[in-house]
Amino acid sequence: MAEEKIKKVSIIIAQGSLEGVYPGLIMGNGARMEGMEANLFFTFFGLNALLKKMVNKLRVSTVGNPALNMAMPMLKMPITFPFPTLLGAVPGVSNFATWMMKREMEKLDIPPVDEFLEMISDAGGNIYACKLAMDMFKLSKDDLVDEVNNVLTVGEFYEKAAGGPIIFI
Amino acid sequence: MPDKTIAGKTVKVDEDFFLVNPNDWSEEIAAELAKEEGIEELTEAHWKVIRFMRKDFEERGQVPSVRRMKNAGGIPTKELYALFPGAPAKKAAKIAGLSKPHGCV
Repeated sequence: MAEEKIKKVSIIIAQGSLEGVYPGLIMGNGARMEGMEANLFFTFFGLNALLKKMVNKLRVSTVGNPALNMAMPMLKMPITFPFPTLLGAVPGVSNFATWMMKREMEKLDIPPVDEFLEMISDAGGNIYACKLAMDMFKLSKDDLVDEVNNVLTVGEFYEKAAGGPIIFI
Repeated sequence: MPDKTIAGKTVKVDEDFFLVNPNDWSEEIAAELAKEEGIEELTEAHWKVIRFMRKDFEERGQVPSVRRMKNAGGIPTKELYALFPGAPAKKAAKIAGLSKPHGCV
């Protein structure tokens, strides 16, 4: 028996790090590439990705990230090689890790965040900012990139998400 | 691998009905595949995409991503989605006689 295809997906992006935002962007863009309706809802620290001033300045979390060993092959070291916690707090280390990650992503033709948001929007994906988080962080729509369709309350988001799965990242 | 007769020619297709051999392709086959994908007629804008995809595939050995079509091919994403509604990367690749794209972007 063939399964019914997913017609719509709504993705909540609540983290503002590079590794917290990209999965949401890939899932949203991937949904559009399959002809699915896609809603991306950025809340809390996820709003970092929508800020004009920060959209290309997102960073990899090197403090409290116990899985950084996964990045070791990028430095030609074994994937089991642990990344020392204290090293993550040294000035410049997060920047270096971010630079390395971005370089690897570019090799795989993954666009930087601003270009990615533009592509998702041009592909018909909907990009929303959370009203509560905007109020909390004292932001206005002018602070956000042009691709943002609307600022929504949680109830309005649920209305838009009706009929499809909701993914929280 | 099943056979398929299209525009009077019998070609090999994969399980998703993409052409197995890009050299089996012709413009007539493209027009037929387009109809099957719901595009009644291929306009010059469609052909620009198809030509770029085939040329890029020949040069680089892989089906160009949506991003590459935008940056290297001069085909804006909005236009791509308008020309090949639904799943444009897959649809365009099929009509262009190329294999199903395996990228996540």
